[in-house]
Amino acid sequence: MNQLQTIIYAIVLFPLLGSTIVGLWNKKISCRGAHWVTTIGVAISFVLSLYLCYQIVFAGVPTYNFNAYIWGGSGSYQFNIGFLLDNLSTTMLVVVNFVSLLVHIYSIGYMREDDGYQRFFSYISLFTFAMLMLVSANNFLQLYFGWEGVGLVSYLLIGFWFKKETANFGSLKAFIVNRVGDFGFILGIAAVFNYVGNVDYVSVFNIAPSLATQTMTVFPHTHWSVLTVICILLFIGAMGKSAQMPLHVWLPESMEGPTPISALIHAATMVTAGVYMVARMSPLYEFSEVALSVVLIVGATGALFTGILAIVQNDIKRVVAYSTLSQLGYMVAALGVSAYAAGIFHLFTHAFFKALLFLAAGSVIIAMHHEQDMRKMGNLRKYMPVTYVCFLIGALALAAIPPFAGFYSKDAIIEAIHHALIPGASYAYYCVLLGTFVTAFYIFRAFFLVFHTEERMDEHTRAGLRESTWVVWLPLVLLAIPSAIAGIFLVGTILYSPTGGLLGTSIFILPQNNVLASLAIDYHGPLLLALDSVFSLPCWLAVGGIFVAWLLYIKFPRAPAYFVEKFSLIYKVLLAKYGFDDFNQVVFARGSLKLAKVFFEVGDVKILDHDLVDGSGRFIAWCSANLRKLQSGYLYHYAFAMIIGVLVLLAWLLW
Amino acid sequence: MLFETILTYPATPEIFLLGMTCIVLLADLFIKQQEKKITYWLSQFALVGTAVLVLLLYNVPSTLLFNGSFIWDKTAALMQFAIVAINFFILIYAREYIRERKIPQGEYYLLSLFSVLGMLVLVSAYSLLTLYLGLELLSLPLYAMVALQRDSTECAEAAMKYFVTGALASGMLLYGLSMFYGATQSLNITEIAQVTSNLSSGQELMLIFGLVFIIAGVVFKLGAAPFHMWVPDVYQGAPTSVTLFVGTAPKIAALAMVVRLLIEGTPALVHQWQEVLILIAVLSIALGNVVAIVQSNLKRMLSYSAIAHVGYMSLGLLAATPDGYASALFYMLAYALMSLGAFGMLVLLSKSGAEVDKIGDLRGLNTRNPWLAFMLLLVMFSMAGIPPMVGFFAKLGVLEALIGAHMVWLATFALVFAIIGAYYYLNVVKVMYFEEPEIQYPIVNRPIINVAISVNCLMVLWLGMFPSGLIDLCRAAFAM
Amino acid sequence: MISLSAYLILSAIVFGLGLAGIVINRKNVIILLMCVELLLLAVNTNFVAFSHYFHDIAGQVFVFFILTVAAAEAAIGLAILIVLFRGRKTIDVDKLNTLKG
Repeated sequence: MNQLQTIIYAIVLFPLLGSTIVGLWNKKISCRGAHWVTTIGVAISFVLSLYLCYQIVFAGVPTYNFNAYIWGGSGSYQFNIGFLLDNLSTTMLVVVNFVSLLVHIYSIGYMREDDGYQRFFSYISLFTFAMLMLVSANNFLQLYFGWEGVGLVSYLLIGFWFKKETANFGSLKAFIVNRVGDFGFILGIAAVFNYVGNVDYVSVFNIAPSLATQTMTVFPHTHWSVLTVICILLFIGAMGKSAQMPLHVWLPESMEGPTPISALIHAATMVTAGVYMVARMSPLYEFSEVALSVVLIVGATGALFTGILAIVQNDIKRVVAYSTLSQLGYMVAALGVSAYAAGIFHLFTHAFFKALLFLAAGSVIIAMHHEQDMRKMGNLRKYMPVTYVCFLIGALALAAIPPFAGFYSKDAIIEAIHHALIPGASYAYYCVLLGTFVTAFYIFRAFFLVFHTEERMDEHTRAGLRESTWVVWLPLVLLAIPSAIAGIFLVGTILYSPTGGLLGTSIFILPQNNVLASLAIDYHGPLLLALDSVFSLPCWLAVGGIFVAWLLYIKFPRAPAYFVEKFSLIYKVLLAKYGFDDFNQVVFARGSLKLAKVFFEVGDVKILDHDLVDGSGRFIAWCSANLRKLQSGYLYHYAFAMIIGVLVLLAWLLW
Repeated sequence: MLFETILTYPATPEIFLLGMTCIVLLADLFIKQQEKKITYWLSQFALVGTAVLVLLLYNVPSTLLFNGSFIWDKTAALMQFAIVAINFFILIYAREYIRERKIPQGEYYLLSLFSVLGMLVLVSAYSLLTLYLGLELLSLPLYAMVALQRDSTECAEAAMKYFVTGALASGMLLYGLSMFYGATQSLNITEIAQVTSNLSSGQELMLIFGLVFIIAGVVFKLGAAPFHMWVPDVYQGAPTSVTLFVGTAPKIAALAMVVRLLIEGTPALVHQWQEVLILIAVLSIALGNVVAIVQSNLKRMLSYSAIAHVGYMSLGLLAATPDGYASALFYMLAYALMSLGAFGMLVLLSKSGAEVDKIGDLRGLNTRNPWLAFMLLLVMFSMAGIPPMVGFFAKLGVLEALIGAHMVWLATFALVFAIIGAYYYLNVVKVMYFEEPEIQYPIVNRPIINVAISVNCLMVLWLGMFPSGLIDLCRAAFAM
Repeated sequence: MISLSAYLILSAIVFGLGLAGIVINRKNVIILLMCVELLLLAVNTNFVAFSHYFHDIAGQVFVFFILTVAAAEAAIGLAILIVLFRGRKTIDVDKLNTLKG
């Protein structure tokens, strides 16, 4: 076993070990023990992944793909557990471990005095394990394992406070909506297996061009490119996990979980799994323009319209949650125009600043004694200076103000879409452009409402207001740094490097689709880029958004109420989140309940249970009771049966 | 030199067993002994010695003896060893039972030894004459054994039924054999096989005529429908220690008869006997499994289950491939083992006059003796074909052979009835574990017996988890 | 010279009589034993006829064995009969039906 193998084993297994220890002995282990074991496990994993990333990306160790062992087999097919260590996966390992480590540390403070302390740490370490398995997989099945693993932990953690009804509802919703996506995903994997006969990335990617020319019949009399079908099916999975419209409905609900979870799972890592997956599958998507177009339109739509929803939210975590939806839309839109590097870059920067925003929001929430309504906050900068500064940095990064990290990634996405020629690109361009304004507006609305304006909390809360402990604000600071400067340092290597940069050969782009390459011509260094952008439209829109927010919430605080009244219809639509939830509730939830009832009462109870199950039992018992009469006990009957038997056999053969 | 010759002479086990049986007979007659200890130990010695001799002979290549009327091959070796080993266990289980019930012990041991000798001869028989002699030597002591408990009228009735139907069956078999003789002019199976491969149509008619009668006789011995009528009555009526004997080893010997007469004797008629066996298998599986459900007498239920199991076993035969034969042999050995465990358990549980033969008698066995309950659970699971017991692999093997022979419908049919069959086996488990016992006192056995039954039942589990060794032996027996 | 088929038909008739006797007889178990003997005699006739026709001694040897075994069989049958009679005080076939179902 060589060194890289040992390291990757250690990276994925340490979090699992920590999780197992704390999970199995959660009664025996103390709170301190629980957080030490898991945090150290993840810390080791983080340090090792840094080393691994350094080896692969910078020290020039070639991409390493190996199978650890055979997981299972069926007939001539083998399913392996294996790892693919290349630029993309190792960088993802670092990001996942980094955010995870900080969330572990942060949770020590945030979850203090919670009954399920050990359980919580076991879960987040388990999550880290599953996520690491997901990003380091070298085949679809292991990807699916990680995919379901993170989904499971997400479910467990959203419902972490299982005595809260909304938490249960949220966790179920997340689980069910994700099942819809996963169904597409597993169909996609099945299609891959069916047409390739193998689920290893390498063999699938090698065969991808030929799949593009094959067709299959999905509905009668239609012919679809196999590759397009596969890509769209896989993307449906990504839509579920990465909360793209119309499968986004679970993400806001997921904020019922503890805040560190919102940061770790529902902002920084798990929800980006879809983005990662599409980037990983770039050798497939590149050959299907239809699929790319679908990806682009879904992403861009989500980027704008979920952003708008954030404007009307009053819960601080929900604002950030909708912001996450919108930013995921950006990433996905970037994938749609083959700007995978930009999408991944945004994934990184977003991981930093969104985790930062969530943790900062969490810090506020602790200080406010678990009050999340922004209408009851205000002027917190006086009490929480560190949180204030960190939140500001996060907000600036999110709003894509140069030279913060978010600017570089988002600017690249917008420019890439602008230059793309793929169908739907112009629509997408307007969506993401408007999106920048909306983004800046909603996040600064939240910022002003929380940290400026007059104090609206009650006396009791005000008395308790103070800056959080160091375990809480340390991660904030650690996240604020990359949120501020990661863009400057990484933009060149990730996006515009002639050699492929940070992501190297992990990503495959057809030459005619390579928009980033054409952008690279105009690139002359990060600072010049920032300066140039002062004259660009997106930047002005972002600044405009901040300005309008300032205008409405600080300068004329009564204006929002006026607009709400004036545009009450739009306001209602927005509050109802475009009606997705109600639609799902009425049509899918109640509809399937009704359907289930019919099937249960008629199909199950009557036909299956009464007629088939019990009926066959009754029938057999009846046969049994009658057949036993054949055994009459009389010798001459026995002899007669034997003679008849011989005669029947004779007739049977001689006829 | 002489010693070596003896050890490599394929008829040594039979000769040794015959000699020992005579010694046991004399010892039983002329030595005064308490509780027939000497007879018992001598009988066990005879069996162990025979088993050792069979083992020593295992690697001797296939040979024909006595002008081709006696064969030694891997099939014979495997079956003989199984028969002798099973009888070793039977004597251990039965000893206390027959002593408590005043069943003549010396006779029991002797008759069983003679019957075992008959089985060994039958397994190795390669002419119609030796086959007939082996069969009768196997059957006649059995009739007597069933009637051995003289004060029980049920035993006598069972024995009478067994005797008359048995005589009828052997008459049919003989009639069939005479037809074979008439059609082929030979009693020797090697020659019969040669002659049957190119026949005139008149001869063929005669041969098929004979074949049906022969199958009737053989199937009677196996106890498959429609020649099964004796099975429930004899299993129920006979003393449990005799049921234990009737229900295990003779089945293996009967399978040997199928192997010799049909597979090796008339491969040219394979289509004919295949069709007959399909009918027999279907009838047995359906009837055995269905009628077993309503039985309240445990021995009777197990007898119907035996009918069903023989049906499953014949599925492997009628696949008519070497794999199929191997799977049938595996099934038969596995069944004999399970049956030994089940009836052995009944013998052990029947203490001091209290017969355990109703399903209700097993109520709450778990509280009375958890280990024995667990052992019986293993056996029941195995009979129901639940992995990882050997019964599962036995069923899997025959079904695989069937599918290999493109008889999927038959496999499906067998599977459906296996599910129905699971009901009554699991019912026993339910009764043992989930119902309250009527009698509270715990069951205590001598340690040696506990060890024997545990070895027996754990073998069921062991062979289920690691079946490949036995499968390989069965394959070797039919390697063509 | 009597043809082989005549022997075969004769033995078939005897065999059939034996079978019929077992099925039809409802009273005396001893008659069952006699019928069994008939079956065996039919078989013997077959063997002897074939043996003679083929000029092959093996068939006749077989007959001797059958006769011997039949004697043993009859002995065991009668022994069981005695046990049965001692227990039941009757040897009616009709009454032998406690075991059934």
